Amino acid sequence: MSETLNRESLLKAYRIMRTIREFEERVHTDFATGEIPGFVHLYAGEEASATGVCMHLTGDDYIASTHRGHGHCIAKGVDPVGMMAEIWGKATGTCKGKGGSMHIADLSVGMLGANGIVGGGGPLICGTALAAKIRGTQDVGVCFFGDGASNQGTIFEAMNLAAVWKLPAIFVAENNGYAEATSSKYSVPCENIADRAPAFGMPGVIVDGFDFFAVHKAAGEAIRRAREGGGPTLLEVKLSRYYGHFEGDQQTYRAPGEVQKLRETKDCLLQFRRRITADGEITNEQLDAIDREVKTLIDDSVVRAKADPKPAPADLLTDVYVSY
Amino acid sequence: MARKITYQQAINEALDQEMARDPRVIIMGEDNAGGAGAPGEEDAWGGVLGVTKGLFHKYPGRVLDTPISESGYVGAAVGAACNGLRPVAELMFVDFIGVCFDQIYNQAAKFRYMFGGKAETPVVIRAMYGAGFRAAAQHSQCLYNMFTHIPGLKVVVPSNPYDAKGLLIQSIRDNDPVIFLEHKVLYTMEGEVPEESYAIPFGEANVAREGDDVTIVAFGRMVNQALTAAAALQNQGIHCEVIDPRTTSPLDEDTILESVEKTGRLVIVDESTPRCSMASDIAGIVAQKAFGALKAPIEQVTAPHVPVPFSDALEDLYVPSPARIEAAVTRVKEYR
Repeated sequence: MSETLNRESLLKAYRIMRTIREFEERVHTDFATGEIPGFVHLYAGEEASATGVCMHLTGDDYIASTHRGHGHCIAKGVDPVGMMAEIWGKATGTCKGKGGSMHIADLSVGMLGANGIVGGGGPLICGTALAAKIRGTQDVGVCFFGDGASNQGTIFEAMNLAAVWKLPAIFVAENNGYAEATSSKYSVPCENIADRAPAFGMPGVIVDGFDFFAVHKAAGEAIRRAREGGGPTLLEVKLSRYYGHFEGDQQTYRAPGEVQKLRETKDCLLQFRRRITADGEITNEQLDAIDREVKTLIDDSVVRAKADPKPAPADLLTDVYVSY
Repeated sequence: MARKITYQQAINEALDQEMARDPRVIIMGEDNAGGAGAPGEEDAWGGVLGVTKGLFHKYPGRVLDTPISESGYVGAAVGAACNGLRPVAELMFVDFIGVCFDQIYNQAAKFRYMFGGKAETPVVIRAMYGAGFRAAAQHSQCLYNMFTHIPGLKVVVPSNPYDAKGLLIQSIRDNDPVIFLEHKVLYTMEGEVPEESYAIPFGEANVAREGDDVTIVAFGRMVNQALTAAAALQNQGIHCEVIDPRTTSPLDEDTILESVEKTGRLVIVDESTPRCSMASDIAGIVAQKAFGALKAPIEQVTAPHVPVPFSDALEDLYVPSPARIEAAVTRVKEYR
């Protein structure tokens, strides 16, 4: 199966990916009813990336995420129940209903936030990595960003700074092919985002983002190099999102049948299940049981999110400063 | 008689004492040491004007030269603050905020609120500001009002060496993001500064001069212009009270309002351009909260609504002068 993954780890990886998928499919369904406020950007289809990377991380490692951040949150250990309440704008949410989908953060598990600003996380993750380096720990920082952010100056600056300071940082470019409605074939003039890595004096690696094992292996090498003082890596994960840029996006810019074909042929959960059940050590029944448990968890999170109270009027004015 | 040092030395001393006190304090910026990777001496500059000189050798590994990459390193300072350090990032000229503002106003300032009170971002952004160096439009602005507008930031504008030291120490110890603005003309100003460490709390104005006739509220370098004007007006029998808020966020409204209740006349001196400025902000606060006490229209002595010009003939007209302050005070004093 895999050199570095035992049975327990494989089941854990499956559970995380399944949780992300279930969470996102459920938000997709519920958003259509008009009950969820604001706008959401779903990670369904990209699960192998967040999971393959975060399986290597501890709670002391930091990640910075994007507007499409639910998957990164779950993979890093943020409680999906709190996340669902946050997305529903409830006081019980991860951020007390003050952040919403685009700002879910939980520093207690090393999740420095989804981010409403494209490319905003690059410099921040240089900072968490710098703190680790100065303290002399083995902790790393991982910046997830998309093909859109790959053209942002903040990402260029962050990669340069990480290389100059030889920081334990990993830049994970999740190239899902579209920045909003603009194809990366148009906006990224080189063949691959990873081709830019040598310009910053760091390794650039390309992996198939539908293949959990490929992501896990490549991320493992980059993270080990960072922990050992070898500096940053740019890891480009080629994948696809199953839904629009935001919920409600009609996606007329995509080819007809594009997503359906991916779901049927390349889906990361499908491939993962096929592969880990191949030798019979893990059975479909075991995975079906995980599916049921995850569904119960997500169903429950929605029931609770709907029933939970909204923030009180007094909450409007709190948490701006530590002291003022 | 206390020891006298310059504003610049006071800032250096504050950094030095806090770095000695707390190993989590690091500083970073363009040429904060200077000479990184170059064949000559290390700590060649100690900051573009020498403000951080000497710290590089004293605190190995904690004074970081950066590429000219403000978004990168200001954001890194913010991220490091989230991960347990207390970074002081120097932006050199505050005018450079335009290339890194997102990391300050969308990231650092908002983390605590967006994350439901679960984040602390104890970062200090130091930057020099202000006109008077013939440095023209992109190296001379007064932008404290822009930062003051943003909830989540604290904004500090010391007007003298004593305040510079005590307020910077408070900034470093503070658990919120702080913008610490140093007026470049004041770097050579001397004043009495205790050798020991001390912190000046935010939101507590300094009444730099007491008087009963007219209240003058001034910021940063303008406090000194106001004091010069007040001394001259004293000879004409006009007694000005000069208030230095020291921080624009939080703002000590009480001290300003109490003074206006006493004098009934207010002049605000602000080196910034006039629209949406500290001058207009304070005028609005006083007009609303001390309307009954006012005996004359509020005067705002500010820069004109133009970029900072280069030629000395124009820059000297741009910056509010003691003469303009005197004229404004005289107008409100004589208003009937």
